[in-house]
Amino acid sequence: MVDSQVVLNGQTFAYTFYAIAIILMMLWFGYKITKSGKTNKVSSALFYSFVTLLIVMGVSLHIVTYNTIPWASMDLNRKEIKADKVFEISVENHKFILPSEKLIINVNDKAMFNVRSKDLTYGFGLFRSDNSMVFQMQVIPGHLNDILWKFDKPGIYTIRSTEYSGPKGAQMILKDVVEVVAN
Amino acid sequence: MNGEQGLFKPATLTPMQKLVLRFVVIGLIYYGFAVIEGMIMRIYAISPITAIPDNQYFAILTAHPLVGIFGSTYSIVFGAFLFLVPFLMKKPLWSYKLANWTCILIGVGTITFWLAGFFSHYAPLYTLYWPLPADFSQFNPLGGTFFVLGIAIVMLGTVFFVINIFKTIVYTPEGWEKQPSKALFLSAMGLSGMTNLFRKKENQKEHLVSLPVAAIARGTVDTALNAGIILFTGVLILVYLVAHLLGFDLKNSAIDALLYKNWFWWGLDLIADGLVLIFVAGTWYLLAMLITGKTLFMQNIARAALLLELVVSWTVWSHHLMSDQAQPGFLKVASGEMVTAFELITQGLAFFITLATLWSARPLKMTNPLKFLLGGLLGFALAVPAGIMQADLGLNRILHNTQWIIGPHVHVAILVGLTMTLYSAIYILFPIVTNGAKLYSQKLANFHFWAHLIGGIGMGAFMGMAGLKGMLRRTIYLNGEFNLYMILAGICGSLLLLAFLAFFYNIVMSVGLKGVIGIFTPSKLDEKILVPESEK
Repeated sequence: MVDSQVVLNGQTFAYTFYAIAIILMMLWFGYKITKSGKTNKVSSALFYSFVTLLIVMGVSLHIVTYNTIPWASMDLNRKEIKADKVFEISVENHKFILPSEKLIINVNDKAMFNVRSKDLTYGFGLFRSDNSMVFQMQVIPGHLNDILWKFDKPGIYTIRSTEYSGPKGAQMILKDVVEVVAN
Repeated sequence: MNGEQGLFKPATLTPMQKLVLRFVVIGLIYYGFAVIEGMIMRIYAISPITAIPDNQYFAILTAHPLVGIFGSTYSIVFGAFLFLVPFLMKKPLWSYKLANWTCILIGVGTITFWLAGFFSHYAPLYTLYWPLPADFSQFNPLGGTFFVLGIAIVMLGTVFFVINIFKTIVYTPEGWEKQPSKALFLSAMGLSGMTNLFRKKENQKEHLVSLPVAAIARGTVDTALNAGIILFTGVLILVYLVAHLLGFDLKNSAIDALLYKNWFWWGLDLIADGLVLIFVAGTWYLLAMLITGKTLFMQNIARAALLLELVVSWTVWSHHLMSDQAQPGFLKVASGEMVTAFELITQGLAFFITLATLWSARPLKMTNPLKFLLGGLLGFALAVPAGIMQADLGLNRILHNTQWIIGPHVHVAILVGLTMTLYSAIYILFPIVTNGAKLYSQKLANFHFWAHLIGGIGMGAFMGMAGLKGMLRRTIYLNGEFNLYMILAGICGSLLLLAFLAFFYNIVMSVGLKGVIGIFTPSKLDEKILVPESEK
């Protein structure tokens, strides 16, 4: 499965390119409207072309990501996919309670994290040692919160709550408790 | 003391002019609160401040967006619209007294919840995820009670605003020929604009209300619905708070946390994706027409798009629940992804129509209203696509609750998009509501523009970069994990603070200290007159 870091790099590139382009366009526009020009009329063809472009971009973004970001379809269909490992995790009083001291996962295995909160709304996120995020989900009390993830290379990850649950929740961190090991 | 060249004379102001200026002063003071709180948070993101304990920090985090939206933006927007609707419809406001109460209630309500948070450290954030607002192991129930009471007072002022706007559109002033109330209401809601799209040009019906009034009316529908949701939620929380104070502990599990979250976000998105976008689009159209003196490009489509935006705002909430695994998948895709993508279209239309209208009148002089309008347009051009990206099933998994959300999307939308649009409106309305007062310094206005634009975009960009590297929002980092980005964001934040100080100083020097005091003294003129005859 494509690493989430690769997706983030792609997003960084795409958005940076767009942001620079739109800033330059507005600077150009701001300059040009202070000057006289050959024509001041904006054609309706240009308007409708722009609308079409917006529709194509709005719809195609989700189609492209659904077909290129592997966890998107896996997430929607997770009930039909058999997990190689299932971890039952609970959260209470701002503490994660793991089924074992370390969660060991084999490379290329699909791991299911079932997280249940017994009191507040929390978050459940996995982070690399450089603090970048692998994935996250919300943990709502009274509901099953499950996420399926496939790990394609060895690594050690930290669990951290990704949702505000009051001042006591700011340091809900379990360092290096998830280990993905080579078969 | 007397303002620039002594041109501002409070005694010449009508009650309506004084009222709108009071709204603006209150809004700017609360904007100052929000900016200072923002700077505290920027410093805290670099390194926690020992003088401010964690629970105080989170109380600031809770108050900051509420002061910014209700105390500042609601004040400025409501004040401007209570003036503009009668101004554009050429009839008196339905009730000056009710408008005065709106101003008082928003001012008092905001300081009430702000003080409750400041003293009691009540900090469930604006999200209020159930059952956090009723978690008495972390929060003081008395503080919570006053906090909710403050919000309720703001909402009451909001309800008064809604009544006043709709009554002003449809009522018949004393001595006037009977007004077609129903037709005026339908026109304001966009029915005439929608039906005109399907009529031949010669059969198209004349619009009874102007496009900016139609935009205000439609945004006001979301304002009303949102007030209802917040009031209902407030009462619910209040029941738990008061019961605890009386010695009864109600079961938190009686309320389904996911259902509550859906309900709450449905209501909250009526602000974020409803009234903000609709009011902003309407304000862009009005500003473009005032700046150019021309009619709007593609007017019927603009009207129809505003109606579409209203419907979109009612069906878009699920993009906030894309990381909630218990949320049904079809809601994530249909509401979260697809309907949200419509915002790219509706806001893109408003962007294009405004630019095309400006283009039609070139060459234009680069005035303060024009440059701030362009800044506002750029803000939304940056922030809306950032929002569409995070409202994607794949990308949300790695973006939700990171600094990306609050940086390039929320703060660029609010600080650059919304606030610069409001500044544009303030600069263009300034001579109208002050009977021709002159700005103290154009150099300060230029500094205000560039410092705000660069500060706003820069802060959002560096927060976004940190978010892409995994930095969360709504938490505390103790070891300087993202300091490079946070220091740069802090520098940009201080530019925003300087921009605000420059603007505030410029306005105070323009009207003078006597002028500021004069705004708060009663006017001797008739409440039904908007601007004095001599200024028309």
